[in-house]
Amino acid sequence: MALPKYTEPHYRIWHYFYLFVCGCVFFFLIAPLFVIFPLSFNAEEFLVFTDGMKRLDPDAFSTRWYEDMVYGTKNPWGLAAKNSFIIAIFATIGSIILGTLAALGLSSRHMPYKGLIMAILISPMIVPLIISGVAIFFFMAKAGLAATHLGIILAHIILGTPFVVITVTATLSGFDHSITRAASSLGSNPFNTFMKITLPLILPGVISGGLFAFVTSFDEVVVVLFLAGLDNTTIPVQMWTGLREQLSPTILAVATCLIVLSILILLTAELLRRRSERLRGINR
Amino acid sequence: MSSEQKILSTDGIPLEESLKQAEEKNKVKAFLLVTPLLLFLIITYIIPIADMFSRSIDDKMVTNMLPKTYKAMEQWDGKELPPEEVFEAFYLDYKILVENKTAGKLQTQLNYEKNGFKSVLKKLARKQKKFEEGNYKEQIMKVHKRWRNVDYWRAIKRRAPAYTYSKYLKGVDMYSNEEGKIVQVSEDRRIHRILWSRTLEVAFFVTLFCFLMAYPIAHLLATLPMKYSNLLMICVLLPFWTSLLVRTASWMILLQQQGLVNDFFVWIGLVADDNRPEMMYNKTGTYVAMTQILLPFMVLPLYSVMKTISPSLMRAGKSLGATPGVAFFKIYFPLTIPGIGAGCLLVFILAIGYYITPALVGGASGTLISNQIAYHMKSTLDWSFASAMGLMLLTGVLVIYWIYNKLVGVDNIKLG
Repeated sequence: MALPKYTEPHYRIWHYFYLFVCGCVFFFLIAPLFVIFPLSFNAEEFLVFTDGMKRLDPDAFSTRWYEDMVYGTKNPWGLAAKNSFIIAIFATIGSIILGTLAALGLSSRHMPYKGLIMAILISPMIVPLIISGVAIFFFMAKAGLAATHLGIILAHIILGTPFVVITVTATLSGFDHSITRAASSLGSNPFNTFMKITLPLILPGVISGGLFAFVTSFDEVVVVLFLAGLDNTTIPVQMWTGLREQLSPTILAVATCLIVLSILILLTAELLRRRSERLRGINR
Repeated sequence: MSSEQKILSTDGIPLEESLKQAEEKNKVKAFLLVTPLLLFLIITYIIPIADMFSRSIDDKMVTNMLPKTYKAMEQWDGKELPPEEVFEAFYLDYKILVENKTAGKLQTQLNYEKNGFKSVLKKLARKQKKFEEGNYKEQIMKVHKRWRNVDYWRAIKRRAPAYTYSKYLKGVDMYSNEEGKIVQVSEDRRIHRILWSRTLEVAFFVTLFCFLMAYPIAHLLATLPMKYSNLLMICVLLPFWTSLLVRTASWMILLQQQGLVNDFFVWIGLVADDNRPEMMYNKTGTYVAMTQILLPFMVLPLYSVMKTISPSLMRAGKSLGATPGVAFFKIYFPLTIPGIGAGCLLVFILAIGYYITPALVGGASGTLISNQIAYHMKSTLDWSFASAMGLMLLTGVLVIYWIYNKLVGVDNIKLG
């Protein structure tokens, strides 16, 4: 963003001020994440930068908190990670199936009561989480599903489907329906048409919706706090308990792992977004 | 088209009808695709939310504990002491409760209605074992002189209806007093109103801060060449994809008294080393952490709107003699309003129902209404009160959403 040569001085100053403000905001956004990283390698038990760390003394760093995370006795992280992955994977699969089907129906121009149905389908995204938590808890308690994996998975499907519905409907908005008609006229049955024509084209939308659903489930605390028993604790619940009771460096080790995971998810999402932009470019 | 010239399809049916049939078929097909999710959500989500309402007005507990009493009380006008039948019915009901060891619940419930009821009832529970048959009015009144006071009987009668709106009144620090008038609770006990106004205040200011910070960077991202903006976009997207708890944890580390933020303030000489301000476990912590956490939700809609604005519009304005400031406010800013609306709505609604971050960094003065709901769900187990407050919050959110829909239109919400 080089300024033209004829820019007057006070605009020049204003421009640099604007860049400075932007820099500060970016710093505010990203810097907090990087505090966790060095502190998780702290050799001491304190959550501050020790003098040794400031001098970059190798003795001030250690991987003991990572060892504690993996091997620590009476450590909940193994179970929590297992639960988190199981719940998130099944919730994602459920959200993708239900959400994609619904999005296919919704984007058909024959769909009656579109507005009302869309409002119901995305309502879990609009209603504050705490209220969803209360309502879902009442349902699961009545259905006898409280403190079970199934109950939490169903709850996360509720919270995850709106993302799939929205992303897939968005992908379908640029979808040329004449190609499915072409496939049908060439003798393909609807299932085949879906698998061979529609699905590959909407796949980026489905996957990015699925990513949203996965992250929503993997990161969800409020509803799980209401629903979970001792056997279904997840990583966020353990972090929540840890942060409430005592902030230990082991939590920071876990947090670092989660940041690495989110970098991976971000990369996948970015690749998908670019791919879908390319595809849409071809369609037009 | 005249009726004689109806076009027929190959199987001899008029084309119009054939088309209608096909359309009908498509309608059913589309609906069938939506049905699984729709049914699933209605059963597991929409009905339970509606069920919260019946839970919040449900007041059958006392009614179920004193069935005979309320039946006998139907005839009583509440002006003078009730007749013997009411005393007898109450004695019989209460006897069962004492035998089942559930009298404590009744004592607590009636004590809400009239202070001092608990001790009166406890005394009755002890003495009534020696009651003789008949003339219960005399015997009960002998146990405690307050039974001669008609106010206590009126208190029982007030709990007769199986439904109540008292939980909603409690949510705004009001109650209906002994005469049945709706009054405010004493000033030192008005906690909920403080929480409501604090929730609104925090949501408003967090939205404002997010807007002020997001606007410039969204503009920068939208105007920079792709290769730089993609790189900077990571700064927005990485926090967006990172666990909420991780980000809250990092603020807890930064804001603690020996934390980096305080270190920095000491270093530039803003505060003395022995006088480090408390930045966590109060409202400051809530503001700072929530603003950073919700900022991406403001940047992304703003960015997606700003990207569609052609830079030639601003150039045209400038070439027609507008200063950059005028061009910005007359051309650019109005065009970004849909993005501002979507971002503000998203952030405000998320902020108003925030639970995790205020609970961790908010301390006592930084907690919001959702913390209170969770507290009643998990600690006091007053689920009907939690439901009532949840529905009040939900109504607020829906009203905001409705206003937004009228002003800007919901279709503008975009994800990433």
